[in-house]
Amino acid sequence: MAMLEVKNLHTYYGNIQALQGISLEVEEGEIVTLIGANGAGKTTTLRSICRLLDPRQGSIILEGEDLANCKAHEMVYKGVAMVPEGRGVFSRLTVAENLDMGAFSRDDASGVRQDLERVYNLFPRLKERRAQVAGTLSGGEQQMLATGRALMAHPRLMLMDEPSMGLSPILVEDTFETIKAINKEGTTILLVEQNATMAFSVADRGYVLQTGEIILHDTAENLKTNEMVQKAYLGIE
Amino acid sequence: MTITKSIEIRDVIKFGLLAGVIVLSLSVIGFIDLLGTRELVAGMFTLGHIFMLAAPFGMAFVSAGKVSADEKNKALGYGFLIGVIAALPLVVLAILATSFDIRQFLPNVSPSLISLLTFGQGLTVGSLILVVVTGILGLLAAGLHTLPDRFQHPLITGLGWMLIAGTFSEILLGRVRAFFGRGVVKLIFAGKALNPIAALIIFVLAAGITYWLDTRAPKKEETVEDIKKLQKMTKIRIGLGILLLLVSPLILGTYLTEVANNVGLYVIMGLGLNIVVGFAGLLDLGFVAFFAIGAFAMGVLTSEGHLGLGLTFWTALPFSVLASTLAGVVLGIPVLGMRGDYLAIVTLGFGEIIRILALSDMLKPYIGGAQGILQIPKPSIMGFEFIQPESLFYIVLLGVLLAAFISWRLRDSRLGRQWMAMRDDEDVAEAMGINLVSTKLMAFASGAFFGGLAGAIFASKLTSIFPHSFNLIVSINVLSLIIVGGLGSLPGVVVGALILVGLPELLREFAEHRMLIYGALLIVMMLAKPEGFWPSEIIKRELHAHEEPEPVSSD
Repeated sequence: MAMLEVKNLHTYYGNIQALQGISLEVEEGEIVTLIGANGAGKTTTLRSICRLLDPRQGSIILEGEDLANCKAHEMVYKGVAMVPEGRGVFSRLTVAENLDMGAFSRDDASGVRQDLERVYNLFPRLKERRAQVAGTLSGGEQQMLATGRALMAHPRLMLMDEPSMGLSPILVEDTFETIKAINKEGTTILLVEQNATMAFSVADRGYVLQTGEIILHDTAENLKTNEMVQKAYLGIE
Repeated sequence: MTITKSIEIRDVIKFGLLAGVIVLSLSVIGFIDLLGTRELVAGMFTLGHIFMLAAPFGMAFVSAGKVSADEKNKALGYGFLIGVIAALPLVVLAILATSFDIRQFLPNVSPSLISLLTFGQGLTVGSLILVVVTGILGLLAAGLHTLPDRFQHPLITGLGWMLIAGTFSEILLGRVRAFFGRGVVKLIFAGKALNPIAALIIFVLAAGITYWLDTRAPKKEETVEDIKKLQKMTKIRIGLGILLLLVSPLILGTYLTEVANNVGLYVIMGLGLNIVVGFAGLLDLGFVAFFAIGAFAMGVLTSEGHLGLGLTFWTALPFSVLASTLAGVVLGIPVLGMRGDYLAIVTLGFGEIIRILALSDMLKPYIGGAQGILQIPKPSIMGFEFIQPESLFYIVLLGVLLAAFISWRLRDSRLGRQWMAMRDDEDVAEAMGINLVSTKLMAFASGAFFGGLAGAIFASKLTSIFPHSFNLIVSINVLSLIIVGGLGSLPGVVVGALILVGLPELLREFAEHRMLIYGALLIVMMLAKPEGFWPSEIIKRELHAHEEPEPVSSD
């Protein structure tokens, strides 16, 4: 049984249908990527899964449990954490306070302390800047913080929304290295990306999204060599 | 290496004229003339002079900061020029006023204003004096800016205290007479104003003490020892502060205590709204509603008239506060999904609804309509009635301390953190596991709790309440005072209330210009000190992060 099963998801913004029946699966321990052009519905899919949006139809099943009646703020208690698009740090809280908020759902103090160590080891930069207000961090540091904050929830499934957005190429490489490392330590990752090249370099499998529908899904290896994908998303003629 | 955009002669002319035009407009609306009636230092200058000279002085001070530090002479020269240029529009006004009859267009340009502008020396000599005085002041202001901090700070503080003492000399005089008798009054005052020597002594004392304190202050919180020392000092300070507050009605006298009571009520409200706006980031423009509900609940429960139930203050207090807290939740539920501007409009409507309900015929049998509720008893404990402002002070103080303590504990609590996370990003906060519904409702309820507390004390203090006491301006006042003090900052609320509620009370003769001062103060604040007079640490760090060296902490 897959860790996350999404079946036939239909999501609307008012009367405009953004998702037209999305189905996807994420197995435990995988990195699965969701690629597509602007407006294809990648972020909408992610936000629907973590209940920040209410799908009109479809089901989301996490480890056999139907999450239909689960509220957005309850998702993190089910082991799902999100790294939001555009980094979304709490800009007026310090780095340490942001990380603290990441562990909001937990009451095991010693575990939280361990995870804080882990995050600081993963991102030594955050440790240096822990007393700094998050809004004054650079883009790359904010991405680290958003990722670190999600890790503080000790999630089993992490949803990442375009972690490479607005970062310099070198920082993008770093970010994807980190994603791989986090996955190796046992966190399953569903990754939404526009940067298909980088996404395929870390992912096990991928789904290609177009105007609210999944038009293709396969292993990352196969997608990389798929003619249509090469043309549309990898810039290879 | 520093690159500062240095100012040029063109900017100097611009700044000078700007200062001149500010003073000119203050003059033609009659503000300067009005302030001219309040003498600060006997026979020397009035509050009108201060306002007349403040703009050139300030402008020269600010522009001196924009000249690079190694060009002192240039800064001084520019300061002088700004002062001189600022005087020119005033000279033109004086010439026009003496040559033509311009009072039919500008009724406030009175002979006394012209006399004030020209220092009572006639047009020619007076204009010259004006130009020289503003020029020298500009020079001094620029000079002050070039001084190192350890001199600049005491000098400005000394000047500030002298001006404060001068402005409130009449009140000061009353207090001095009450404590030390007429003999001492004659030593310090001349007429109602300070005498020049006393003014000088105040200046020297304030500057000296500031200098001494500055040199003594620990440089930085570096070691654990230093921090412990600092914490101990803070505790001692808070203790001393409370002690001072306890005896202050004796020192302040009836009038000032009454003013302090009004300030206190606004502090309680400010602390409440600070939770809603400052902590939780929910812009609420109808805060007066909770104040009104607290007051009317207290009125209905305690009044000895035909509308009241005749309970005691202390029995009614919890119910009044409960009523407004519930109203907070009731307001909160429909606006759960709203953000920013939309929320502001809805809360604005809520405030008006409550006021109109209080005025309505529908509720007239219960809360008296426009006639309000009368015969509300003052609080009493075991036969002792809190009738005088001096005794009511302790009730207000109790409320303030309670509100401050709860706010302080809430800020550092889990709930406080939830509010701040929600303020920064609602969606992400929700994804972190924060229940937005309960978090928002708790913010509205906590804010309303304090609003109701202030209202209940207000009703009992006044012994009668009318719907027209609860109009929009109260909401605006409370919001302004927390912004002026520093959004999210607890001491800021007190500072803001002192400035926006206390000052207008003490400067009653200028009441007609109150809104003007209010508006001007808010604009200047937002431009010059957007974080408020006493900002919370975080906001200060955020707004000025680019000016400080990067705070890198290490183990």
